[in-house]
Amino acid sequence: MIEVEGVTKTFGVTVALDDVDLVAESGKVLALLGPNGAGKTTLVRVLSTLLLPDRGSARVAGFDVVREARSIRGAIGLAGQYAAVDELLTGRENLELVGLWYHLDRATYVRRAHETLERFGLSGAGDRMVRTYSGGMRRRLDIAASLIASPPVLFLDEPTTGLDPKTRNDVWRFVEELVESGTTVLLTTQYMEEAERLAHRIVVIDTGKVIAEGTARELKDRLGGDVLEARVRERADLDRAAKVLSALGNSEPDIDAEEQTVAVPVTGGTADLIEAGRRLEAEKILLDDLGIRRPSLDDVFLALTGARTGEEGPGATS
Amino acid sequence: MLGVTKRNLLRILRTPQMLIIGAVQPALLLVLFRYVLGGAIRIPGRSYVDYVVPAVFLEAVLIGGMTTSISLAEDLKSGIIDRFRSLPMARSAVLAGRTLADLSRAVLSLAIMVGLGLAVGFRFGASIPSIVAGLGVVVVFGYGFSWVYAAIGLATRDPETAQVAGILPFFVLMFASNAIVPVSTMPSWLRGFANNQPLSVTVSAVRALLEGGPAAHFVWLSLAWSAGMTLVFFTLAIGVYRRSVQ
Repeated sequence: MIEVEGVTKTFGVTVALDDVDLVAESGKVLALLGPNGAGKTTLVRVLSTLLLPDRGSARVAGFDVVREARSIRGAIGLAGQYAAVDELLTGRENLELVGLWYHLDRATYVRRAHETLERFGLSGAGDRMVRTYSGGMRRRLDIAASLIASPPVLFLDEPTTGLDPKTRNDVWRFVEELVESGTTVLLTTQYMEEAERLAHRIVVIDTGKVIAEGTARELKDRLGGDVLEARVRERADLDRAAKVLSALGNSEPDIDAEEQTVAVPVTGGTADLIEAGRRLEAEKILLDDLGIRRPSLDDVFLALTGARTGEEGPGATS
Repeated sequence: MLGVTKRNLLRILRTPQMLIIGAVQPALLLVLFRYVLGGAIRIPGRSYVDYVVPAVFLEAVLIGGMTTSISLAEDLKSGIIDRFRSLPMARSAVLAGRTLADLSRAVLSLAIMVGLGLAVGFRFGASIPSIVAGLGVVVVFGYGFSWVYAAIGLATRDPETAQVAGILPFFVLMFASNAIVPVSTMPSWLRGFANNQPLSVTVSAVRALLEGGPAAHFVWLSLAWSAGMTLVFFTLAIGVYRRSVQ
């Protein structure tokens, strides 16, 4: 449904996208996971025909982004971080106008506007000006607008950034329903929890390059095993604990100064856990917690790029 | 395109500042010229009110056109243009819809100004078809000029800058013209410009059509200017629009 081959986009001296390849299967969710500035929004803009790629090619819903842009626009919905809804119009007016612009006939766009207002819990506010809406309501309206014409492909650019947990959950459930009815979704996100929950496949992107790709499980397996994590009681012990653990692990330890934890990927399972306990005790490092767990996407990202993904969503597991 | 027009009109109606620019400001200018300056300026052969009011009609329509540039700049800034561009909407629909909305606004302001003009003593002196033609020339010129404002709004991309940038051509054209005072009172180096610039030509055309008098020459010139402005600035506006969103 979405095919990207060798797409490169440069702005002046900045390379926003560097030879990006990816494929999104019909009726599935593909998540583009990466930190701020990774190029996620740029890729969405190329695919939604807002930008022309400098090199490479891309097809959406079977149409070429450069030569058949008009056809693509009729087949996609776009909802962005910066909810592009008109403040001086009411929610309903916004939705009906978008329906009109998708060339729906009057009866259809009025009905769809009504339906999507209800679906997103905006019926009560539907006839008030968007200026009076909260941030969450605007975002919901933006997503509703992207769906008015029930497009086969939906681009959601960081759809839950800045939303409260309840609204975030609503959006997630909503995306899951959409996918069940056959919509293809390309989702960009900084939240590994979101990618893990919604996506069939994840493409990890950083500084314009694709650095990994696969299902959440495949990406975690790339770490080669589990993660050993220790929480020290005294902050001063953090560095020493890190030294101990890195001798056992197979890559750089991840130190979280705030949580006072050190985490390191290991392949030895419980044997490594017991050995870690012994060595930390020998060093007289007091622990609040020591355990082995499956890696989160944040760990995967760290191992791949050497940096954390952006903000962590509420309830993040790392 | 009609959807864009509807949207723009709704927005204008719901923005008090736009309505004030459209109605109150020209009304104030009318009062200013008629009563404050009116006593001091002598026009041989006619009353000042008859001389200046047609110009104020034009000014009202032009000032309203400034809202085109401000709104376009706002739209570019807010990201709504991105939404438009990702929709199966014709590229020209955004600009065409914008100027159609402004045309509607122009006709409405003109109606209000005619009422006000009559209230302060202006009297039409020609046949009905001629008067209609005169008002038509005002609207046509306003339409042509709104493309100048569209190009400005798109080029500046920022509402405040658009507003400032829009005032300049307006003031130059308004004051270095025969709108408020006869050109013969101006220094010789200014007369050439003042006599032949598009606003002066249009004001002369409108005066002749509204009050009776030889109009044909000025009307053709004015229409030519309007057509020329539309052609040139429409092309510029489309060009700037395309480049500004890439």
